[in-house]
Amino acid sequence: MPLKAPKIAPSARMRLLTGAEAAAHAMRQINPDVVSVYPITPQTPIIQTFAKFVADGETDTEIINVESEHSAMSAAVGAAQAGARTMTATASQGLALMIEIVYIAASMRLPIVMAVGNRALSGPINIHCDHADSMLARDSGMVQILTENAQEAYDLMVMAPRLAEHPEVMLPVLVSQDGFTITHSAEPVSLLPDEEVRRFVGDYRIPYPLLAGEVVTQGPFAMPDYYFEIKAQQVRAMRAAAQVFDELSEAYQACSGRRYQAVEGYRLDDADRALILMGSSAGTAKEVVDELRAKGEKVGLAQVRLFRPFPAAALREMLTGVGAVAVLDRALSFGGTAPLFAEVAAGLFGQTVSLSSQVYGLGGRELFPEQIAAVFHDLESTEGLEQPRFIGLRG
Amino acid sequence: MKEIRWHGRGGQGAKTVSRLLAVALLAEGHYVQAFPEYGPERAGAPVQAYDRIDDKPIRLHCAVTHPDLVVMLDAGLLTEVPVTKGLATDGLLLINSAATASQIGERLHFRGRIITVPGDRLAAAAGTRFANVVLLGAASRVLAEPGLETLVQAARDGMGKLSQAAQEASIRAIRSGYAAIDTQRRVYA
Repeated sequence: MPLKAPKIAPSARMRLLTGAEAAAHAMRQINPDVVSVYPITPQTPIIQTFAKFVADGETDTEIINVESEHSAMSAAVGAAQAGARTMTATASQGLALMIEIVYIAASMRLPIVMAVGNRALSGPINIHCDHADSMLARDSGMVQILTENAQEAYDLMVMAPRLAEHPEVMLPVLVSQDGFTITHSAEPVSLLPDEEVRRFVGDYRIPYPLLAGEVVTQGPFAMPDYYFEIKAQQVRAMRAAAQVFDELSEAYQACSGRRYQAVEGYRLDDADRALILMGSSAGTAKEVVDELRAKGEKVGLAQVRLFRPFPAAALREMLTGVGAVAVLDRALSFGGTAPLFAEVAAGLFGQTVSLSSQVYGLGGRELFPEQIAAVFHDLESTEGLEQPRFIGLRG
Repeated sequence: MKEIRWHGRGGQGAKTVSRLLAVALLAEGHYVQAFPEYGPERAGAPVQAYDRIDDKPIRLHCAVTHPDLVVMLDAGLLTEVPVTKGLATDGLLLINSAATASQIGERLHFRGRIITVPGDRLAAAAGTRFANVVLLGAASRVLAEPGLETLVQAARDGMGKLSQAAQEASIRAIRSGYAAIDTQRRVYA
């Protein structure tokens, strides 16, 4: 069974890496001052690979081994306050345990970068992918990026420190990749040269360092007289993050040739039906769009990469003229509306478009191309679309 | 696109060879994906690993359900796991077994193509107890790519943790698996 002719130019310099290894390479090239680590499946290969780079002397990073994720995030807060470029990584229950401190990091405006291998939350206990862990952090004040493949997991990780540390932003940034599907799947990845990444990321200086000899107040008590104002500043920072993300995307394209939009429209021109989704299944869905387009069906999709801040305006613009949209969530909100659907519905409020909420892939349940094609066919009729659906649910 | 499913037991190196094959194919300019299936991680439990190979970037991120090639590292799994599941009749089953292809076909009630390679014996002769590398060499010959020397280079690069002697034994095993198909291909090509 001979293969088809090879197509990759030898100059492409691609290496076979898992998403976890790709994220670890980004961390190696960024060379952060401090990385606090605690293992959890499926994130462990990120810190394990990175720890090897540190042990081999390829970075000057100080690794802080801690006894829990709560401590990992707390150590990250301390390091970031001292002015260190700081990173950590986690998944699922680990992010759940960190959450208390994640809110504090965001309110203290600490630009900590966190790599996540998305995994379902217990219970029942499960190690496979869904986006419940990211969604648990939805309102924490972290910037949130969900990536499609190993290349994106690398690229967005390289972009993350500048986004986090931008003076108008100063917020923690979460860069996630789907657990196992991306963290443990090896794909061709093109890495930038080390010096190119160091140049892109640049130096970092915290505006109000704890250890500069000046008297500063960090993480103060704030009663009804100031608490609300501090929250409003976080709102403004998040708004700024949207603008900064676009600028960084352009800068990153200039050095890598790859451009990442907050929301990417795929074959939406003249589309009458569209999907909106995040993460690795966006890749599978693009294949389905191509197959259906080849048969003359007017379908497309919008892949959301930046979930916080949510790119509602861009999404509204790219969906103008689309008649029916299915929003595919890989998380639930019991008794309410699935998180991505809620954002899209709010963002498209007042537009004449039929919206369908469909939940897929919980706890690592597969999403196959034929199931995605079936969703497109669901959208041909608006009948019953208002009822949320579950893709691939038994019984 | 070609899809490959590897069956083995935890510890037999199904994941390792799926990745070595992908590294070598990437070196020859193909787009690839290599990933294991994760269940309970116990030595001896049945495990699967997969490769996808294409001439354009691979965007699919779902399980392989209709492989073109199934490689069995352990014939003892024949009756334990559905090895021919999703395998089309024009697909190929490559199996580590001293039995003949027709004996295996009868046992599995499978009418597609089967090639047997005495992997355990060839591995032992090469100086290793791991038949995965023999089957890796055989698989690359069946696919007609990657070239043997590209595969050997990928194995050298990917087995840096092994002793020099273990590396050399693995490479001899890859070569013997490759050669084993060469001598059979008049029958099966």
